[in-house]
This record gives sequence, structure tokens and C-alpha cells, in this order.
Amino acid sequence: MLGTGLLQGLAVTARNLVGSFHDPRRFVTTQYPEERTALPEAYRNFPFLVCDGADDPMGTLRCVACQICEKECPPQCIYIEKSRDKKPDANGKMQLYPAVFDIDISVCMSCQICVEVCPFDAIEMDQVFELSATDRFTGLMLDRGALAKPNSYFHRIHPTQAAEVDARLAVERAAAERKAQAAAAKAAPRPAPAAAEQPPAAPAA
Amino acid sequence: MSTAATPNESILERAPVLARDWLTGFLPEPARWLANSLVVIVAILLVFATVFAALTLAERKILGRVQNRPGPNRVGWFGLLQPVADGVKMLIKEDIVPRAANPVLHFLAPVVLLAASIMTFAVIPYGRHLVPVELDAALLYFFAAGSATELAVFMAGWASHNKYSLLAAMRALAQLISYELPLLLSTVPVVLAAGTLSATGIVAAQSGWKWGVVPHWLVFTPCGAAGFAIFMVSALAESNRSPFDLPEAESELIAGHLTEYSGFKYALFFMAEYFGMCAASGMAVTLFLGGWHAPLPVLEAVPSYVWFSAKFLALLLGFIWIRATMPRLRIDQLTRLAWKFMVPLALVNIGTAAFWSLTFPWAGPLQLVRWAVALGMAAGPFVLLGRGLSSGLGPRTYRYA
Repeated sequence: MLGTGLLQGLAVTARNLVGSFHDPRRFVTTQYPEERTALPEAYRNFPFLVCDGADDPMGTLRCVACQICEKECPPQCIYIEKSRDKKPDANGKMQLYPAVFDIDISVCMSCQICVEVCPFDAIEMDQVFELSATDRFTGLMLDRGALAKPNSYFHRIHPTQAAEVDARLAVERAAAERKAQAAAAKAAPRPAPAAAEQPPAAPAA
Repeated sequence: MSTAATPNESILERAPVLARDWLTGFLPEPARWLANSLVVIVAILLVFATVFAALTLAERKILGRVQNRPGPNRVGWFGLLQPVADGVKMLIKEDIVPRAANPVLHFLAPVVLLAASIMTFAVIPYGRHLVPVELDAALLYFFAAGSATELAVFMAGWASHNKYSLLAAMRALAQLISYELPLLLSTVPVVLAAGTLSATGIVAAQSGWKWGVVPHWLVFTPCGAAGFAIFMVSALAESNRSPFDLPEAESELIAGHLTEYSGFKYALFFMAEYFGMCAASGMAVTLFLGGWHAPLPVLEAVPSYVWFSAKFLALLLGFIWIRATMPRLRIDQLTRLAWKFMVPLALVNIGTAAFWSLTFPWAGPLQLVRWAVALGMAAGPFVLLGRGLSSGLGPRTYRYA
């Protein structure tokens, strides 16, 4: 009969109206700035640079300015300038470091290709999404200082992935140490120059 | 406002009249009449402006809750100051008049619309002593003033010099004129039953209780119930409310006749829509729900205007509930509903009302016959017409979509 559908519809809206007052499963709104929902671990938006020491982020960047990410980046939002000098990395090996490392997050499309191609696990995806700025030219251009975040932060936002990366790096570090000891034992009188050392072995995984 | 006091009524019942007399009492007798009228006008404007503000908030809150979200809750305590924020926002917005628009008509349209909808408030009896203007033909006046809004809507559409505005205004005219007919026809049973066009007389005709419990409201008679349903549906369409809000179908017509309006002129249109809704609810209460009469004899101690307000607000909440539920009709469905369903039903309902009035003296078992025949006359056409309403017209198949 005409009108029964209308009455059913009215019943549905009435049920929702009443239900939203006593049923938390219906009433799912989070009052955002005051309350926050936990982000899923797989959530990512823009890249950041991993550093090993929280107290000296610039000195312990894993990035060696190899510029692979810069070349691979589809929208070309990464800009890197190599340093002129070298400094030791986590394995004690002398490496270049990025004198300038800029990411324009107004251009970045969050594809994660930079993370995939990095041989040093130096760049990872961040979860910070409150990045509004009053000036889009400077406010959205993140430099080295803004991008560098400690490994502990990486562990906090992506625990599974960070554990994998750490395990891999530990294996590499152990291999590099063994190699260094062997080299030291072989040529005891004259220590090999650091620059001639082999690069860390590629990860097995 | 009538000042004749009936014996043994509470001070609260007469409180608004006493307040008015206290305000204007110091004036000499000739000026008092004018001052009294002004006080009444100011009171109506203040009350309905407040109702409008509260209604916008209530509507947003209820729509939010129906959609399982909290609604506005940032401005003030639980969002209670949201209407104030909206008003300030509307006031400080730029008032844009298109270069091609007719500036006089463009300005006049919202004013005329609002004036016409405020005029309808004059004849509604809000309480035992609260009738702003006592007219013998109050019902006629109400619908005449209400129809003037159609002119204003078309004025807005024409003056805007915008194709969407004009199209929407023509739609609005088609809709308003289509639904004017069932709206008027649905009130004929009331006039038949009360024997008067005066709003006070219609309310007086609905006083008293059957067996001391069932009030003599017209909605409790078969023809009154059918008339009430037709009246409410037509009133929805007349006030451009969902599901009949075609004139502002934003998916097709931007904002309809409001496309070229901004700032406070837009707010005036919005206000007129809510005032139209209020006037329709007030008239529905007066015609079908016993006006300011209490539902039970024991509840008569509560002032009459409280009962009017309670029924009035219940109807307004019904409007909001319907808006939260129904999708918008297509233009052909809209006019088909009016001409092939509402108008025939309203015409048949006049016959039902005539039968109901003629069989008034029937008593005893004939009472049952009277009820059965009247109910059949009210429900039968509804079922039959409803069956044929969309036969052969749907569901549509979209071949190229």
C-alpha cells in the first residue's frame, strides 16, 4: 500500500536518532583536535630521514647522498646536494652525507618509491598529517633539519618494519666488523685506509 | 487580542495580556490601541525570530543525530550559540547583486516574501486571549497572505537574471500552485464542521471532551484525519521543504531561486521558509488539533498558550523528521502526486465531511455505521488511488546510462 515505505523510512530515522544517544557503535564521531583515533600502522604520507642518534640528528643521518631517491622520485620533489667532506657512518666507514636534502611535500605524491629504492634504509614514510602552513613556498618545503627523525620514532610509528630494518642493519654491521677484523689481522703493521674498504655487503633478504 | 476574562482561570493564563496592559497602561486611551498593536507585532516578531533561531539549531542537531553524528557542538554550550554565529556570519557577508539583475526587484523579493509570511501570523490564535487580529474570514486571509509568497519567489527568480533562478522559480510556481489546491480543499471539512471561517470560531468548535477523555479535535474524525494528512503534505510542499524542495534542488539548479542571493538577503529567504513552516504548523494546530485546547480536562490548569506551543513544536519536529527521512521527488512525480492523488483525495474528503455533518444526529448502532462509512470513504480512495499512482510509470530502465 502507498505510504508503508514512508513509514518504514521514518522508523529507520527514528531508530538512528534514538540509537545515537545510547549506542556508541552507532555514534562513531571523534572530536578530532581533542580526541584522536590511533592511526593504522600501515598509514603513510610523506617521507622522513632516519638518523641513529636522537641527540645529534645531523651527524648520524643514515643518508649517504647517493641521490638514487632523487633520480627515482616520479614527481621529482627531492633535491639533494652532496657534501664536500666525508664523515663516518654507523659502521664507522667514511661516507658522504647530504649537505642539502629538501622534500617539497606540496609536490610529493606519497608513492613510497624513495623508500623502496634506498639501499641504506635511510628514508622512511612518516605519519604526521598536520602539515598546514601559511606560506606554501617555504612552509611546505621541508629541509634536512625538519626531515631528520630518530630511529626510535621510526620504531614507534612502524614497529614491524623498523624491527626488520634493524635486524638487517645488525647483520650488515656484524659482517662489516668481521671483515674489518680480518683485514686488520692480515695487514697488522699498516692499517688499511678507510676509503679502500669494501662497501657493506648487500643484505641477504 | 481579546481581553474578556472568563471566571476562575489562573493568572498565568492572562499573564501576556496583563504584561501588555502594564506596558501601555500609562498612555492615553486613543494612543493605547495603536501601542497595543505595536506591542503585539514586536512580540510576534521576537517570538518567531527566536523560534527560527532555535529551529535552525534543532534541525541541524536532529539531522546530525539521525545520521549518527553530533551536529553543531562548537559554538557555546553544546552548540547553543550556533544560530548567533550563523546570524553574524550572514550579516557580515558581502551582498552581491549581479550586474544584469533588476536591482529593485532583486532587493524587493526577499522583503515581500518575508512580509507575506509574517502576515500569516496575524490570525493564528496562540492562546485563549492571544489572538493578534480577530477576523471573521481569518482562514481566507491566511491563505491569501500565504499565496503572496509565490509572487515573491517568482520575483526573485526573474530579477536575478539567471537561467537557474528562472527555471527554479517556474518550478516553484508550478509546485506552489499545484499544492495550493489540495491545501485549500483540505480545510473545507473544517469549515463545514465548525460552520465558520474565523480561527477563533474553529478553535471554539473543537472544545470539550467526549466521555471526558477524547477531545473534540477534528483530527479524531475520519474526514478531519484525512484532511490533516492532506494539509500537512500540502504544507510541506507549500513551504518548499524536503521532500518537495525542488525549487532549490542543488543537484540540478545550483540553489534555485536563491542562486544569486548572498548575505542577509539569503538569510531572509531562509527565514521566510521557516516562517512558512511555522505558519503552516500553527494553522494545522488551529484547524485540526484543537488549537490551544488542552488534551484532557485535568490539564486545563496549564495555560492555553503552552498547549498551543507544545502541539506547534511537535508538528515542527515532524517536519524535521520528514526532512531527515525522505529523498527529493522528481518534478513529474511532484505534480503527479498533486493532481492525480492529493486533489482527488481532497475532493472526496469534502464528500466525507458532508456525510459526517449530515449524519451528526445518528445515535446508537447507527453511530457504528456512521464511523464505518466515513472511515471507508477516507481510506478507500487512498488505497485505490495509491495503487494506480505509479502504475506503468516505473521503475524506469536507463538504457544509455
